[in-house]
Amino acid sequence: MATEVLMPALSPTMEEGTLAKWLVKEGDEVQSGDILAEIETDKATMEFEAVDEGTIGKILIAEGTEGVKVNTPIAVMIEDGESADDIAAASAPAATPAPEAAAPVAEAPAAAPVAAQPITPVVAADPEVPEGTEMRSTTVREALRDAMAEEMRSDDTVFLMGEEVAEYQGAYKVSQGLLDEFGAKRVIDTPITEHGFAGLATGAAFGGLKPIVEFMTFNFAMQAIDHIINTAAKTRYMSGGQMSCPIVFRGPNGAAARVGAQHSQDYAAWYAQIPGLYVAMPYSAADAKGLLKTAIREENPVVFLENELLYGQSFDVPVMDDYAIPFGKARIWREGSDVTIVSFGIGMKYALEAADELAKEGISAEVIDLRTLRPIDYDTVVNSVMKTNRCITVEEGWPVASIGNHITAQIMERAFDYLDAPVINLTGKDVPMPYAANLEKLALVTTAEVIQAAKAVTYR
Amino acid sequence: MAARKSAPKKTAKSNTSKEELLEYYREMLLIRRFEEKSGQLYGMGLIGGFCHLYIGQEAVVVGLEAAAKEGDKRLTSYRDHGHMLACGMDPKGVMAELTGREGGYSRGKGGSMHMFSKEKHFYGGHGIVGAQVPIGTGLAFADKYLDNGGVTFAYFGDGAANQGQVYESFNMASLWELPVIYVIENNQYAMGTSLQRASSTPDIYTRGEAFGIPGEAVDGMDVMAVKEAGERATEHCRSGKGPYILEMKTYRYRGHSMSDPAKYRTREEVQKVREERDAIEHVRELLLQGKHTSEDDLKAIDKEIKAVVNDAAEFSKTSPEPALEELWTDIYA
Repeated sequence: MATEVLMPALSPTMEEGTLAKWLVKEGDEVQSGDILAEIETDKATMEFEAVDEGTIGKILIAEGTEGVKVNTPIAVMIEDGESADDIAAASAPAATPAPEAAAPVAEAPAAAPVAAQPITPVVAADPEVPEGTEMRSTTVREALRDAMAEEMRSDDTVFLMGEEVAEYQGAYKVSQGLLDEFGAKRVIDTPITEHGFAGLATGAAFGGLKPIVEFMTFNFAMQAIDHIINTAAKTRYMSGGQMSCPIVFRGPNGAAARVGAQHSQDYAAWYAQIPGLYVAMPYSAADAKGLLKTAIREENPVVFLENELLYGQSFDVPVMDDYAIPFGKARIWREGSDVTIVSFGIGMKYALEAADELAKEGISAEVIDLRTLRPIDYDTVVNSVMKTNRCITVEEGWPVASIGNHITAQIMERAFDYLDAPVINLTGKDVPMPYAANLEKLALVTTAEVIQAAKAVTYR
Repeated sequence: MAARKSAPKKTAKSNTSKEELLEYYREMLLIRRFEEKSGQLYGMGLIGGFCHLYIGQEAVVVGLEAAAKEGDKRLTSYRDHGHMLACGMDPKGVMAELTGREGGYSRGKGGSMHMFSKEKHFYGGHGIVGAQVPIGTGLAFADKYLDNGGVTFAYFGDGAANQGQVYESFNMASLWELPVIYVIENNQYAMGTSLQRASSTPDIYTRGEAFGIPGEAVDGMDVMAVKEAGERATEHCRSGKGPYILEMKTYRYRGHSMSDPAKYRTREEVQKVREERDAIEHVRELLLQGKHTSEDDLKAIDKEIKAVVNDAAEFSKTSPEPALEELWTDIYA
């Protein structure tokens, strides 16, 4: 009986990949364990082995095809006695295009909200980018790498250290190519020793260098958090301003996909609490690049929270010689008049999806990306709430002492009389992250919840 | 690699001049008198919080500073007053930090455990046991990266020697051949827990063996033995051979901090060390025995040191408290 060979999922977050190369051809006999193909994921190129023995009856997806979804049939194996002619023409789904790019700047002016009438969401332009600047579609992953490479070119004291950053090219391929360009002195593979290398890098910063420390994920930075907080963040103050600690701690933060409780935590609120640290948490590739360049130039320690699920997402990044974004400036992604949605990091994905859905129902949402959580751009939030009179916050972290709680307190203090509804804080659920697919989905904040909350505060 | 115990040296080395001995005497005495005065000011309520005195261990920093070169870096734990005085920081600035005044090294915002001097290459003053070890390793990393020939002295105690980050540091320092000297000041007690009750091995200097780091035990009450060991260690580091471990067998006369009732050891134990091994008495005897100097000369030094310490104490009392605006400064560059 002919069996289909399906496009495999080769990492927890892989949804599609490139069928880079077939190592077998139609008619070849294969044994279990033989390498059938090379498949390129967003993280690495991996070999794909045969599970059963048999003959390659038909190859359904040609090599070089990009965007092949996981579980798409890519070949058919036949057993003895069967012939390739027996195989019904399998319908190989067409490759899907690359992930959606950031929405283009809309020309429509803000529509007055009319109940139940669809409106056109107003997509705000990035004020940091001069009009007419060329834009290039770039993944968040590439944007982060470009930021590091540019800063390393302009300052010899900048170096990158972490687990698998050099020869492996980065556990998530963020540092791809940096070892080749800058050499082993400046792109340094460390032993698995987070507490030690975080302390070592902090000492190197005191000693005149500008380290970028990559944590494979921020979950592992808990081993090192004493040095991030007690050493890096506090020493300037404790030394009466004598000591400087120009260091960036960066890496993926928050839930990836199906990796369980110890690998799925959002630390935004933890680090945002610490005076002496700056905390950045970009959503788009442009912000990832612009904020990381600023972080590397900072004389202060910066915690830079990335997201694995966003690494492969493409956005327009301005082609500028020196695109650095100042800390403490939120970005308004959608202009609106009915409700303010405040978010950051991957929460922006749900916020923007919700805003588009809400527009169809005539609810005009203003969507604000905080971009940095220390400092926080309170003015942009408060001004927006004074206009919309309603606010919801969206984040992936836990509900107790969340960023949303803090934003809400600020709104109470500064815009209490403007509120027409209580502020709703949407967060991850108050549980350790479960493994089961359905429970994991339930634990995370969703677009549907954002839509529901927006309707609740607008009394629709 | 070799782990070894230096033979105790109780006689003046022929290569130690009278001037050097007098200098050691002066510096060790400064630390002792300074610490005695700190204890006194603490009792008067002028110094608050935690205050960890270095009395008894003076020969360690004074001997190693004699082996250091300009530009070398040093950092230690919260028992840091002696290290600061030995590397040439101003006693007034140190004492005024202890009293939390504007004239202190951290302008009153650090306190006893948190002082720094970029000018003297003193990198703290660290309050978390063992944290200074990877930080010091990182200073050495920077020296090697910048190729400036510097060496870092990372001091820590026998208690800190049980922290995991110490061994994470040993591994990286050896792997990357970093010019760092790990100085273990084994004063026998981690707060109130004796070494025997906390360490699976009596000799901490052997703990680098697994990482290929040579170590030696040194009589930390003998300033000349300390200096010689320091010279071996700095030469090892400067010649690019990587880290080195010195375990200084020393003793702290006072409690862990000012609030330590010291019930974990007997008065007699402390008294015996003071009488038989005291570092300052040792140098004093050498100077007098060899008729290198007279009682009067030493009395003049004592008087001079007393004046320096009294001036520091006076400064620490008269320097104003930091301005209230200082609460909000020095958080970010």
